[in-house]
Amino acid sequence: MRLLQDQTAGQKLGESLIIQTAVRMLVPFIQLFGLYVIVHGHYSPGGGFQGGVILGASFVLLTLAFDQKFALKYMSEKANNMLSNAGALLFTGTATLCAICYGGMFLDYSALDKLLPLGPIAWRSFGIFVIEVGVGLAVMSISASLFWLLGSNGEMDEGL
Amino acid sequence: MIWILDLMILILVVVCALVAINVKDLLSATIIFGVYSFAMCLLWAEMGAVDVAFTEATVGAGISTILFVAAILHTSRRSKD
Repeated sequence: MRLLQDQTAGQKLGESLIIQTAVRMLVPFIQLFGLYVIVHGHYSPGGGFQGGVILGASFVLLTLAFDQKFALKYMSEKANNMLSNAGALLFTGTATLCAICYGGMFLDYSALDKLLPLGPIAWRSFGIFVIEVGVGLAVMSISASLFWLLGSNGEMDEGL
Repeated sequence: MIWILDLMILILVVVCALVAINVKDLLSATIIFGVYSFAMCLLWAEMGAVDVAFTEATVGAGISTILFVAAILHTSRRSKD
């Protein structure tokens, strides 16, 4: 009880111990659900875009409950930029590999069968999975950094 | 499709849209816009488009509401009505 009073005495306006503890417990499960939506996207509703938005919203929730510095400890600005570029590269790289190397069309995954013979049907399923992961990475970092930039006037220092 | 449920959700959508346009406070308009998004999500799910409903729930009610709130914090009020 004494410890709790000491903790709440020095906090700033708008910070609440209950909200922070709830967010601390909730964020891993939100991220796990986002990963599930991305990975299970071609069997059920969901996919790269929705899962990416859920993953980005978990970082937005961290920023709202704590601080922008606290959220940037878990996903730094450099890692965020690298992840968004890696997602876009994964999408266009896979799609272009089908077109330029193996004589298929753009985004025609069955052409990748000549690279590693698994059968065209297995390659279509696997190709959609790779594309979804790329879309999810790009959307996650873009939707998180949109909020960070808008909340801190483009400075990325303290924010809301 | 259950037409009574459909009609109720459609009335809620129209009422939310009219209120979000006519309300004076920007923050209230944003929150009512989130309610509009959720009603649209219910409508898509009820029509059988579960994927679109998922996108509406995550983007419309989650990210766009929070982006509107972040933009409103940079505005200031000129008149007192």
